[in-house]
Amino acid sequence: MSETTTAASTTYPILAIARTQVLGEGAGLTQAQIVEVLELPDEAVPELLQLAHETRLRWCGPEVEVEGIVSIKTGGCPEDCHFCSQSGQFTSPVRSVWLDIPALVEAALETAKTGATEFCIVAAVRGPDARLMSQMREGVAAIKAAVDINVAASLGMLSQAQVDDLTEMGVHRYNHNLETARSYFPDVVTTHTWEERWSTLTMVRDAGMEVCCGGIVGMGETLAQRAEFAAQLSELEPDEVPLNFLNPRPGTPFGDQPVMPAAEALRTIAAFRLALPRTILRYAGGREITLGDLGTRDGLLGGVNAVIVGNYLTTLGRPPAADLALLEELSMPVKVLNATL
Amino acid sequence: MAGTAIYCGRCGLGLDVSEHGACVEALALEPPRFCPRCRRRMTVQVRPTGWTARCVEHGDLEVTE
Repeated sequence: MSETTTAASTTYPILAIARTQVLGEGAGLTQAQIVEVLELPDEAVPELLQLAHETRLRWCGPEVEVEGIVSIKTGGCPEDCHFCSQSGQFTSPVRSVWLDIPALVEAALETAKTGATEFCIVAAVRGPDARLMSQMREGVAAIKAAVDINVAASLGMLSQAQVDDLTEMGVHRYNHNLETARSYFPDVVTTHTWEERWSTLTMVRDAGMEVCCGGIVGMGETLAQRAEFAAQLSELEPDEVPLNFLNPRPGTPFGDQPVMPAAEALRTIAAFRLALPRTILRYAGGREITLGDLGTRDGLLGGVNAVIVGNYLTTLGRPPAADLALLEELSMPVKVLNATL
Repeated sequence: MAGTAIYCGRCGLGLDVSEHGACVEALALEPPRFCPRCRRRMTVQVRPTGWTARCVEHGDLEVTE
């Protein structure tokens, strides 16, 4: 540790507290403590990232989980999530399109070739209807017959019967993001509630599927609300937290929001790691425009232990080879199938 | 799809009526949404390692990494 970072822990007591509480004992930061971390100045960020990295190594191990995602049903969503270009309520240029089963299997094969162990099927819907559930049943079976990869799903809010159906299909992890703090959610979505999302997550957990739940930072929430969000995720205890950085999309209500500064994004990554020491913390959308190549590296050395490789749902990511080369350079092994972090 | 691009694939405006430097930059990380020949909105399917955009009039644009 450099003299600079040693000085930082002396100047900012929250770093010494986190070292003992989170790194030493595995107990995540409280909401008030997360606020303190998010308010640290730039000079403290190197030591903060180092601490988050040590925490990730101690409580999760060195492996990085790699995932690919694809949209089975794009656009035309009835909900009004203000960040989303797939809402049918905005003047976004994204048009509605369905992916057929052969193309879905091909996408899973593309993903597996990158070394990924996870393949997540995503639909822009409030919740799945009978047609989508039928597509999922056929698609999951076809993928399992053709590709050795874990299948995850993200289909919006579920009924108990749909949770049971997905479990029976062999979907091992379900993504449903809370998106933001409970107190800020009404500023982001008005067509359904935070509590409805929480209800789906509870059913997913109770059914035995792994819970994947994260959100988007940089949507105009305060630092206190960002800390509230991390604390609420900690209460949920998800297996995975995908962390997105707002990528302002044309035509959406958040289309003119500024991109989050890189230092703030890195502070956020570290804060979420220190709030959730044992969780899979995944780089998701927006990292390319927020952090760039250098920031991507810093985040992997600052608490992140999972990545979405390749493209996202409606936008493009770094080439998978670039991320895999970076992981190799950082001596971070890619998690293999059927291993747990 | 062949032919000369007349419209910006990102914003749909004519290439000759405004500056599209920001659009060109953005298109490094997003597929085009408007047909460059007729500015119709295209149906776009993004895949993990590529994308396809289809104009009902002018056919497919496809990129695989």
